[in-house]
Amino acid sequence: MNRRASPVTRHGTWDDPIVCRCEEVTLSEVVRAIREGYDTLEELKRKLRVGMGPCQGRTCLPLLARILSRETGRPLDEVMEEISIRPPLIPIPFDLWRGR
Amino acid sequence: MKRSADVVIIGAGVTGAALAYELARRGIRDVLIFERKFPCSGASGRCGGGIRQQFTTPHNIRLAMESVNRYETLSEELGVDIEFIQGGYLILAETEEEREAQRKAVALQNELGLPSRLLTPREAKEVLPLLDETTIVSATYCPTDAHANPFRVVEGYLTRARERGVVLEKFTEVVDLEVKEGRIVKVRTSRGDVAPGTVVNAAGAWSREIARMAGVELPNQPIRHEIAITEPVEFFMDVMVISIHNGIYFSQTKEGQIIGGIGDPEEKPGYNISSSLGFLRRYARELLRYVPALGQLSVLRQWAGLYDVTPDAQPVLGPTPGLENFIQANGYSGHGFMIAPAVARHLADYIEKGIVSEILEKLSLERFKEEIRGEAFVVG
Repeated sequence: MNRRASPVTRHGTWDDPIVCRCEEVTLSEVVRAIREGYDTLEELKRKLRVGMGPCQGRTCLPLLARILSRETGRPLDEVMEEISIRPPLIPIPFDLWRGR
Repeated sequence: MKRSADVVIIGAGVTGAALAYELARRGIRDVLIFERKFPCSGASGRCGGGIRQQFTTPHNIRLAMESVNRYETLSEELGVDIEFIQGGYLILAETEEEREAQRKAVALQNELGLPSRLLTPREAKEVLPLLDETTIVSATYCPTDAHANPFRVVEGYLTRARERGVVLEKFTEVVDLEVKEGRIVKVRTSRGDVAPGTVVNAAGAWSREIARMAGVELPNQPIRHEIAITEPVEFFMDVMVISIHNGIYFSQTKEGQIIGGIGDPEEKPGYNISSSLGFLRRYARELLRYVPALGQLSVLRQWAGLYDVTPDAQPVLGPTPGLENFIQANGYSGHGFMIAPAVARHLADYIEKGIVSEILEKLSLERFKEEIRGEAFVVG
């Protein structure tokens, strides 16, 4: 079973940086989705796959929360509270789950 | 918020979205969808995305066949790539009884025109080369079964519906239904009241609670099902695999991730959707028994959703006896995503033209009359 190589396929620019590195989603894509009405973190995840890659949002969710708070005017705490944390938090192979 | 609507749909899962689109397409555009959270926040956004036609009751088979027919061209129709992969479903069996059940199922399916067939273990391995064929006694395969991405399907339906005038009110909870002279005359929500023409109960596992607001008892029960997704790997299987022996299912998404889960026969009805370690252990054990090569593949994330299960594992569809403007569209028992496009058509035919199709007649709430009485004795 070959792990899919995950080469960098997109680069951000100074004006439009990558926000979610796993799924290679840029700032302008996030802002556009928010303005289309995907205005909670859970909706953004489903729309753009942000936070759903191997890092499980550890890198991008704080950034996304700030962008969302700025775009919607809602307090950062409130935006962050809406995230559902899903185990196992770090990738763990099936062999280990099965046990011996 | 609007004060009235021709059609009020409760729930923005795949059923509500598909129906809103189907109605709008036919010119019924005064449609209001109430969603307690956001689209796809319930079972539609938590399911495995399978689209199976290999069922064992004629109604389920027919609804699924009609749906596949729609799904095949849905990306084009909605202008959204729904990530439809028509690689068939391989259903595994491990005992002689299960093989006999498969033989009967295939006979019924073939009679209804479905191209499913019974396979030997060796033939099953040809469909899925990584399968350890010594674990099974037989399999069935239907090449036109498929899987797709539920987020994209719901997004596509809702986008096209809203372009035509459908209004979605998210984070708006229905709190009561006011009944007068055999009709629902008011839908009360957390954000105001609406006078409805027709009300559609597409609230998934919460449909029973919604129905109760109008004094209607549904026999549906919420049952938790857990699911997990892995990191992406090279695309190696377009077929979706399930087993009637242990209830496992798994497929590979367009992104390359393996998504799957396994039912727990011990699960008690309730609204618990927490994730458990026991599930992952059981899923890993059964998955690796069938496909040992996946051992090094890492699980990224697990979650759970609720099946809305009826006593006969078939949906409750159509008008409610005694409340003619209250339409049920629930009780999918884990198969709502598979049959939503067909369900939307049957319900739209009823709402638009008053046509009660044979399917709606057979799957009406009416069929549980006797059973509900029986069950009431057990509980009470």
